[in-house]
Amino acid sequence: MYAFTYHRATGLRQAGNMLGKLEDSKILAGGQTLLPTMKQRLASPANLIDLGKVDGLKGIELKGRSLVIGAMTTHSEVATSPVVQQAIPALAELASMIGDPAVRHMGTLGGSIANNDPNSDYPAALVGLGATVITTKRRIEADAFFTGLFETALEADEIITKVSFPVPKKAAYMKFRNPASRFALVGVFVAKRSSEIRVAVTGAGASGVFRVPAFEEALKKRFSPKSLEGLSIPATGLNSDIHGSAEYRAHLVGVMARRAVAKAG
Amino acid sequence: MPAVSMTVNGKPATADVEPRTLLVQFLRENLRLTGTHVGCDTSQCGACVVHVDGKAVKSCTMLAIQAEGANVTTIEGLANGSQLHPMQEAFREHHGLQCGFCTPGMIMTAVDMVNRKGNELDDHTIREELEGNICRCTGYHNIVKAIAAGARSMGTGGARKAAE
Repeated sequence: MYAFTYHRATGLRQAGNMLGKLEDSKILAGGQTLLPTMKQRLASPANLIDLGKVDGLKGIELKGRSLVIGAMTTHSEVATSPVVQQAIPALAELASMIGDPAVRHMGTLGGSIANNDPNSDYPAALVGLGATVITTKRRIEADAFFTGLFETALEADEIITKVSFPVPKKAAYMKFRNPASRFALVGVFVAKRSSEIRVAVTGAGASGVFRVPAFEEALKKRFSPKSLEGLSIPATGLNSDIHGSAEYRAHLVGVMARRAVAKAG
Repeated sequence: MPAVSMTVNGKPATADVEPRTLLVQFLRENLRLTGTHVGCDTSQCGACVVHVDGKAVKSCTMLAIQAEGANVTTIEGLANGSQLHPMQEAFREHHGLQCGFCTPGMIMTAVDMVNRKGNELDDHTIREELEGNICRCTGYHNIVKAIAAGARSMGTGGARKAAE
């Protein structure tokens, strides 16, 4: 990788100031995507600001009807937390399916969503559960946070501090893995809340995570895999590559959505 | 160049490093601990797995400077003098290696697996947990056998627990 200047942040305000002032700077969270990207020279930031020693960014807490998870909490911590397993088991399971055990020990919730890889799992959970991203500046609804391929609503000097997930009545995540990379070729997160049903899809969309209003409407009438029978989504706007055509991905969205609803019970 | 200090296999290690120095480079090139291997250098193969503060991580996907103040254990830190760690012994006993290149990472992953999942590991669990370790000789069958046996042996009296 190209040389860069390393900055160990000791506080959030300081990290935010550095991010705003230092030219071509990036936040280093767990590094499980950023470092491989830099090694491949797909990214070459001049400055890295490491949040590893900043206090208060880790932790899992149930606050009323919301599960609040710190941005630097690792996938492994989310996957094995009894609090998460109790409140939103689908979220614990999703975290347990990211990467491999060593990657899950380092990779973080905040890093994953700030990167917004179109094949990553967390965006589906955030949009599927109607979560709120809390930053050093404001609160951003998940629907407005993910704005496109590797793009988010974050401003240049804004840092994610935590994510608040409303606890749903039922939820499930089904992931069809790319057999080689094990990333989600298609992943569907389904959640039933008292007033709302959400179906969020990752892996398939050319612009990243998206919702499927037609599925949500059908599930409102009856939350059952049967409600989705015969429904499909158009292949337009879906990824098409050597791993699968847009039509194949469109088909998988239907299959994974039905399986997720069945799993949510 | 910034200085980095950590504890490696129980001994303090300090050096001035370029920020882009990976933990695996620091271990191999500064400390000459060449038991930790670089296989793919793309976070996939797991030949570089070491323990940082008791958790398995891929040392090719961590900067040395991120390990500031950490307690690192490498494959060299597992044995007790000439007495192999029970997991190493199990790999020897069950022929859990062919060319041996992936073995340090396999063993470090296996010990971490036992620390998290206990001493009774079924084949399915072991295979799922080995998702991030690749054996180019495809010797998985005996690796799985070795890990199951090593896990049990780590639980019985007399056997040493993991180094950390």
